[in-house]
Amino acid sequence: MIESQSGSKSTNLSDTRFYKKQRRIALRLCGIIDPEQIDEYIGYDGYEALGRALTEMKPCDVIDILKKSGLRGRGGAGFPTGLKWEFAAKAAGEQKYVCCNADEGDPGAFMDRSILEGDPHSVIEAMTIAAYAIGADQGYIYVRAEYPLAVKRLEIAIGKAKEYGLLGENIFDSGFNFNLEIRLGAGAFVCGEETALMTSIEGNRGEPRPRPPFPAVKGLFKSPTVLNNVETYANIPQIIKNGPEWFASMGTETSKGTKVFALGGNVTNVGLVEVPMGTTLREIVDEIGGGVPGGKKFKAAQTGGPSGGCIPSKHFDVPIDYEQLAAIGSMMGSGGLIVMDEDSCMVDIAKYFLGFTVEESCGKCNPCRIGTKRLCEMLEKITSGKGEDDDIEKLESLCRHIMSSSLCALGQTAPNPVISTLTFFKDEYIAHIKDKKCPAGVCKDLLSYTINEKCIGCTICAKNCPADAITGAVKTMHKIDQSKCIKCNVCFEKCKFGAIDKG
Amino acid sequence: MKSLAELAAIRDKMKQGAAIGEDGNEKIRIVVGLATCGVAAGARPVFDAIAEELKNQNVTNAAVSQTGCIGRCTLEPIVDVIAPGKDIVTYVHVTADKIPQIISSHIKEGVPVMEYTICAYE
Ligand SMILES: Cc1cc2nc3c(=O)[nH]c(=O)nc-3n(C[C@H](O)[C@H](O)[C@H](O)COP(=O)(O)O)c2cc1C
Ligand code: SF4
Repeated sequence: MIESQSGSKSTNLSDTRFYKKQRRIALRLCGIIDPEQIDEYIGYDGYEALGRALTEMKPCDVIDILKKSGLRGRGGAGFPTGLKWEFAAKAAGEQKYVCCNADEGDPGAFMDRSILEGDPHSVIEAMTIAAYAIGADQGYIYVRAEYPLAVKRLEIAIGKAKEYGLLGENIFDSGFNFNLEIRLGAGAFVCGEETALMTSIEGNRGEPRPRPPFPAVKGLFKSPTVLNNVETYANIPQIIKNGPEWFASMGTETSKGTKVFALGGNVTNVGLVEVPMGTTLREIVDEIGGGVPGGKKFKAAQTGGPSGGCIPSKHFDVPIDYEQLAAIGSMMGSGGLIVMDEDSCMVDIAKYFLGFTVEESCGKCNPCRIGTKRLCEMLEKITSGKGEDDDIEKLESLCRHIMSSSLCALGQTAPNPVISTLTFFKDEYIAHIKDKKCPAGVCKDLLSYTINEKCIGCTICAKNCPADAITGAVKTMHKIDQSKCIKCNVCFEKCKFGAIDKG
Repeated sequence: MKSLAELAAIRDKMKQGAAIGEDGNEKIRIVVGLATCGVAAGARPVFDAIAEELKNQNVTNAAVSQTGCIGRCTLEPIVDVIAPGKDIVTYVHVTADKIPQIISSHIKEGVPVMEYTICAYE
């Protein structure tokens, strides 16, 4: 039964267990208002923060509030937002810019898309506040073209905000002007990296450039620029409205407020969750996510996407914040959280992420372009049963080189999936290399299917085998011809008697 | 927008999301999750069916509108019925063929179709 807060029976989704531990700030109005109606946003106090900032505060007051709130960037690195704004405000330059990173390239992540589709005005309002704080009059939202609905809702929202005089000239009669435009990205992962993103807005091929100079000093069109992530922005109107103390009262010592996670993988309630910083993985996976389905055991959770790591069950009770995740070899990243059950092979997972990086490396620098390719090939060799004794040392050494010599954070963090699985699941690597076995039964080249004495000769496996690899008379034990078996797993799934062994 | 007072006037008119009909009475709001996840699960035909059925059954005290993603992707399409003074009722895995019954029973008679609500799943 679903219980409302008063304890009576409820028919409201928001009273289900999924929402009990959530605290929705960035997602406050997602699923509540009609994103295409600016009046509904205003009905929930929308644009009040902007109005108060423009009419009652000096730019430095706004920055002070953000600094006191402890808000840190939600796009990856967790840099303090107030400090970033202060750098840009103090940087010399006539022209300054405000940008929003809505590139959202992590596989499986969709929190920024949800915010843009569900509450686009919160981002527009926050960017306008940022522009006021640093003295910019032009802004860009960089969205991937694969998000057509988000783009459409943003266009509608920007149009309405202009019509209402909440964008454009002399906003709130304060003499402050701000113009906002959308720029579409073609979906290259590296274009989410801040310098590549700005290069792309400038009309050039999206490749990173060395930092420093940092964008706050020399960013878009060589001018001081604030770039923040969608979710970072979505928090800001609430912080201005409710005060920095309110925001700082949530979270841990170093990480304030909440974080949105896209919960996916082997978990019952796949979805979008927003929890206070400091919530444990156990609370997210078991209580909110409803645990691992099918009675399977939890093995690891992957956070931080291709730059992150796998967290094993022994760290299930670590309170999640930027520092704690880094301490256990992962990172906050943009908020992808993929749950893996006992049937996941950790070497295969590392290979999956490296395959992604190889595809997405922009190729500008050698350690990343060539290094990730070699790393991926070594993992391929191990998962196909050709691993050699010194492969683990070779992996570790190559990882160190890529991390220390790549130009941008894509390359610098690319080895993380390998390093974290090597740290927590080395035994699986050893099993692949020494015993030529995949303990989770994933890596096909290391698998063989055999039939055990539980077989009653029902013939169902033989009938379903697409390779005709199974023979045997009715009511006698069957046999698999290893030379014909294509390891498709069909017999394993069809057998009702547990008579198929794989390993 | 020239002043906070002008903004406050719109806010007060909206009364936090209540829909007011032409007769001045508050309407029942039927809200469909139409973010990418909802659309992918088939929420558009559901939205259209609701608009259609409100007309067919001559319902004037309810209006259908859209919203973003509430976070429970696996339960989409999700439809909330928000009647003035009553608890929100959430329908999940909604399909167009369930709409006539929801409109006639819940919107017209005030009796939620329990077997289609979240209660049937949790
Ligand atoms: C390869 C790579 C991809 C990135 N992708 C994104 C992204 O999709 N969205 C995002 O907000 N930040 C992304 N970042 C982080 C940005 O460079 C930048 O730190 C961030 O947008 C700053 O905003 P914040 O301070 O609000 O987090 C990426 C970084 C790297 C190295
Ligand atoms: S580290 Fe990789 S993505 Fe970054 S500049 Fe070098 S090649 Fe390009």
